[in-house]
Amino acid sequence: MSGGPVGYAIKVEGLEKAFGDRPVLWGLDLTVGWGECLGLLGANGAGKTTLLRILSTQVKADAGAVEVAGYDLRRRPDSVRRRVGVVAHDTFLYDDLTCLENLVYYGRLFGLEEPRLRAEEALERVGLADRAIQRVRLLSHGMQKRVSIARAILHQPPVLLLDEPESGLDRGSVAVLEDLLTEWTASGRTVVMSTHNIEMGFSWASKVGLLVDGRIHFCGGSDNSNPDQFRELVATSLGAGSAAS
Amino acid sequence: MQFVGPVLVLVWKDLLLEWRSRDMVVSVLFFGLLVVVLFNFALDAGSQQIGFLAPGILWLAFTFAATLAMNRSFVREREQGGLDGLLLTPVSRDAIFLGKAFSSLVFMLLVEAALLPVFAVLLNFSAFSFTLILTIVMATLGFAVVGTLFSAIAVQTRSREIMLPVLFFPVILPVVISAVEASTTAIGVRPGGRVELWLALLAVFDALFLVICPWIFGVVVEE
Repeated sequence: MSGGPVGYAIKVEGLEKAFGDRPVLWGLDLTVGWGECLGLLGANGAGKTTLLRILSTQVKADAGAVEVAGYDLRRRPDSVRRRVGVVAHDTFLYDDLTCLENLVYYGRLFGLEEPRLRAEEALERVGLADRAIQRVRLLSHGMQKRVSIARAILHQPPVLLLDEPESGLDRGSVAVLEDLLTEWTASGRTVVMSTHNIEMGFSWASKVGLLVDGRIHFCGGSDNSNPDQFRELVATSLGAGSAAS
Repeated sequence: MQFVGPVLVLVWKDLLLEWRSRDMVVSVLFFGLLVVVLFNFALDAGSQQIGFLAPGILWLAFTFAATLAMNRSFVREREQGGLDGLLLTPVSRDAIFLGKAFSSLVFMLLVEAALLPVFAVLLNFSAFSFTLILTIVMATLGFAVVGTLFSAIAVQTRSREIMLPVLFFPVILPVVISAVEASTTAIGVRPGGRVELWLALLAVFDALFLVICPWIFGVVVEE
């Protein structure tokens, strides 16, 4: 499914979001180009998940302009939904359906042609083809997460939004995920990924943003002129405990 | 197809899940039976009187059973974030609502079809009445549509088990009254009653709910 590689994949200007009296994001500006992988780092409560939920249309922003895949989030939420794939903390899967049934269900809701074939391909891509007819309930947490990744890529979205995708995955699954993200960005598609793992953020992302107190304070390429200094800033902002992760 | 397709997909998914777990169908069937048996003992009526009371008992049992079924409708969607996954698809909110409402309708009609012959024997009336079946279908449609909306609202609150009946019963009252009145004539308790008037009223309520509830649902699920 093409999103149209015109302009930025994601463009955010003056984004604000508060829950009750507590502001979570304010004055947030961000651009992510096509073929880029943005790693979002930040301490707990920094607003990473809120930002991803806004970009995926799950939560409405209080103020600001947001464009995803060239579509205004307020005016064309359905067009945005067709063009984003989301991996969140919840898997969005039904325990009593098999992996294949879950994916066929989502494939049909996305209006895919040959949803069964596409579902099988997605399961193959995450290395779970042999578990296709197993009920999700019977899978380990890590495997459920991989099915959730298969669900997110099922409709070949030009923008992938991943909220701590590595959590719960074993080393082999992390390698599968890394391959997938490399393939995604190499084909000109975009990935935005939040993580607590600094090393992973720097090695996987082509651009790293640090969310502190609702704003992106630093945003630069992982291959910028002084990566060590940038890493130190990130580690300092996240605290020693996070830096170790 | 862009509208009907997702509705059918949702119905297929809900019925398949229910077929796999069978947790709701068993509890709702058992609960419905229990209500009728309890009324039988509590009222201590003879066969003549119980026939007179049958429409009221029948619809109280169906209403309580519907509340139980509706409570589960969106709980399953909350587990593992299924509702969020659904809302992330490009399917319109109206189609999501109608998909959930129609799966509840099919489920409740199946339960009622199983309960009706038992009730007919226990409450001493004939279940083979076209008017009675039409009344049941129309009233259950109203239950399903209103129940789906309030289930979607209640599931987002902490006290959802209490919240659903508190919201559901007052709104559904006109449907219950119309259904009881239509059934009273349909099963011959009050021959010559104006059954077409009550059926028309049921149709008006159904149409009204089918217009208003999907719109409110769209507002409710947008954050």
